Amino acid sequence: MDIFTQQLINGLVLGSIYALVALGYTMVYGILELINFAHGEVTMIGAMVALSVIGVLLGASPDLPGLMVVIAGLLVAIPACMALAFGIEKIAYRPLRKAPRLAPLITAIGVSIILQNLAMLVWGRQYVSFPAILPRGKHEILGAHITDLQIAIVALSLLTMAGLWLLVERTRLGRAMRATAQSKEVAELMGVNVDRVISSTFVIGAAIAALAGVMVSAYYGLAHYYMGFMLGLKAFSAAVLGGIGNIAGAMLGGLLLGVIEALGAGYIGDLTGGFLGSHYQDVFAFFVLILVLVFRPSGLLGERVANRA
Amino acid sequence: MTYAKFSLYMLVLALVVSLSGCSEKTKEGGEVIRIGSVAPLTGPQTHIGKDNENGARLAVDEINVKGLELGGKKVKLELLGEDDQAEPKTATIVAQKLVDARVVAVIGHLNSGTTIPASKIYHDAGIPQISPSATAVAYTAQGYKTAYRVMANDAQQGKALGQFAVGKMGAKKIAIIDDRTAYGQGLADEFEKAAKAAGGEVVAREFTNDKATDFTAILTSIKGKVPDLVFFGGMDPQGGPLAQQLKRLGLSAKLLGGDGLQNVNFLKLAGADAEGVVASSPGLPIDSMPGGPDFRKRFEAKYGVIQVYAPYAYDAVYALVDAMKRAKSAESAKVLAELPKTDIQGVTGPVKFDAKGDTTGGAVTVYEVKNGAWQVLETVK
Repeated sequence: MDIFTQQLINGLVLGSIYALVALGYTMVYGILELINFAHGEVTMIGAMVALSVIGVLLGASPDLPGLMVVIAGLLVAIPACMALAFGIEKIAYRPLRKAPRLAPLITAIGVSIILQNLAMLVWGRQYVSFPAILPRGKHEILGAHITDLQIAIVALSLLTMAGLWLLVERTRLGRAMRATAQSKEVAELMGVNVDRVISSTFVIGAAIAALAGVMVSAYYGLAHYYMGFMLGLKAFSAAVLGGIGNIAGAMLGGLLLGVIEALGAGYIGDLTGGFLGSHYQDVFAFFVLILVLVFRPSGLLGERVANRA
Repeated sequence: MTYAKFSLYMLVLALVVSLSGCSEKTKEGGEVIRIGSVAPLTGPQTHIGKDNENGARLAVDEINVKGLELGGKKVKLELLGEDDQAEPKTATIVAQKLVDARVVAVIGHLNSGTTIPASKIYHDAGIPQISPSATAVAYTAQGYKTAYRVMANDAQQGKALGQFAVGKMGAKKIAIIDDRTAYGQGLADEFEKAAKAAGGEVVAREFTNDKATDFTAILTSIKGKVPDLVFFGGMDPQGGPLAQQLKRLGLSAKLLGGDGLQNVNFLKLAGADAEGVVASSPGLPIDSMPGGPDFRKRFEAKYGVIQVYAPYAYDAVYALVDAMKRAKSAESAKVLAELPKTDIQGVTGPVKFDAKGDTTGGAVTVYEVKNGAWQVLETVK
């Protein structure tokens, strides 16, 4: 039982990070029907910028309280990523907004590769380690271990998701976003500044990605110019699993994917008598994804696209 | 295309343009002899790959400065560095590229997973290959006369580790994780065999991959089986987070690994949780190598901190050039005929090959992290 609880905790922590990154994919897709493949790299840049700031601060005075240093890093990383996403949208996507859908997809992949290589030039090819400055408190629940950091990750993720939901459902900007998602042309006729709404969507998604990036690097103790790729892929899958374009779906999909991965890796070996090992972790997760898509092609909470057009 | 590759292409292009008409001659009229060096120069293992290339480059530069004569003719060595991205598929592509560029021999590759598929291409082309760091048994067991290595193989290392775990560390219940690469899996298999033979019980065999950072699921599953030792067959980018997550989940088992963990980077990545981790490295600690301290000085003056395999890449180049000198030629076939007779004193110790192409001086050293640094526990022959 304690093993099961532990696997569930493992999955929830991982899943809430997936969910945060998935939000960025799903928000942009909801509005532009564009898969912003550079989003994973924005997450990576967030982690890298925060780590640089943390490094500088610790270098200047090593006695600063760890939590403050990390928050300072986060406070620099978030605006940096927001500016980056604003720039990406302006340079790589806006000129192609009227182009066939495949064109911005290609530029998205291009931007992703450019960002990876830029990060490699700036931060080097080495793994950058996250200094062990955060409080290392540990608790036991039902025989499972959970650290302060894990609690903070889940709590912060849930708070962010709630905040985003409020923003989309309860504010003027949110209403403009929903209107733009339904129809750009009509929204524009109604006086919505579509360009600004789209920019805001990218920028908000990037801010959340920066938070996720810092969480990932703090959780695993490292960051790397390559880390955005797999994280982005998983988060994208989570968004599809939940129903891409649907914000609640991204949250659900992220959490589910994390739990499925943890339980899959934890039990698949024992259940199949060693025939399938834990290296089938990803296979298992994607198998569930395919299964869901066979029966619900638009994801768990996704609406049929035909209804929207 | 990565930046490194791009600049390499530009370099090759510039060379082709400048050399057209006067094929492969230097300004002084000496012949240019090309040696390939392959390692991952992009992706997660870049730092180790660049280290390999730098080790080889240091040797090439030194030999060029001293001046090399083959059969009375002055020649100049040129190192062609290629990036195999630690991908078997890319490895075969760059191997073919080097064959087409008519290199005399190849120093590489870094990973067993890339060295083995590439070795067939070098074998078919009759080009000698000396790997500084591929340790999978299969590499030299294919019967290729072109395959050599200067480092103890996994059978030697895994066996030493298995015996050490049960005999010296007193492990009874052992969990094994590997990253499913030829290196990680091979090492873990050899470890498992030796540990079982020594009387240890393997309670779990789990798997991950060489890009993963999350091991909580498999570690939790392992925790349920209460092992007193966890063996990891893989590299430091995975080993670091693995060590952290092991402690975080409250496992009391000791972590044991191979040469993929035994480096500076692992200490940084695992942080405080590196303490007490035990790992081995084929060969001797750099300071116990006959030419170690001196090599460190020369290397660090040019390239910074040594990651791990640079001295082996360095020795591989010297072994190759030694064979060229005896053959009085830079023809692959003639060099190949001389390689089995290699007997030189390298930085890492004596370099000699057995009939399969494995090194005969295969010592394995076991280290433990104490006070944040690798300390030698003992050297196992």
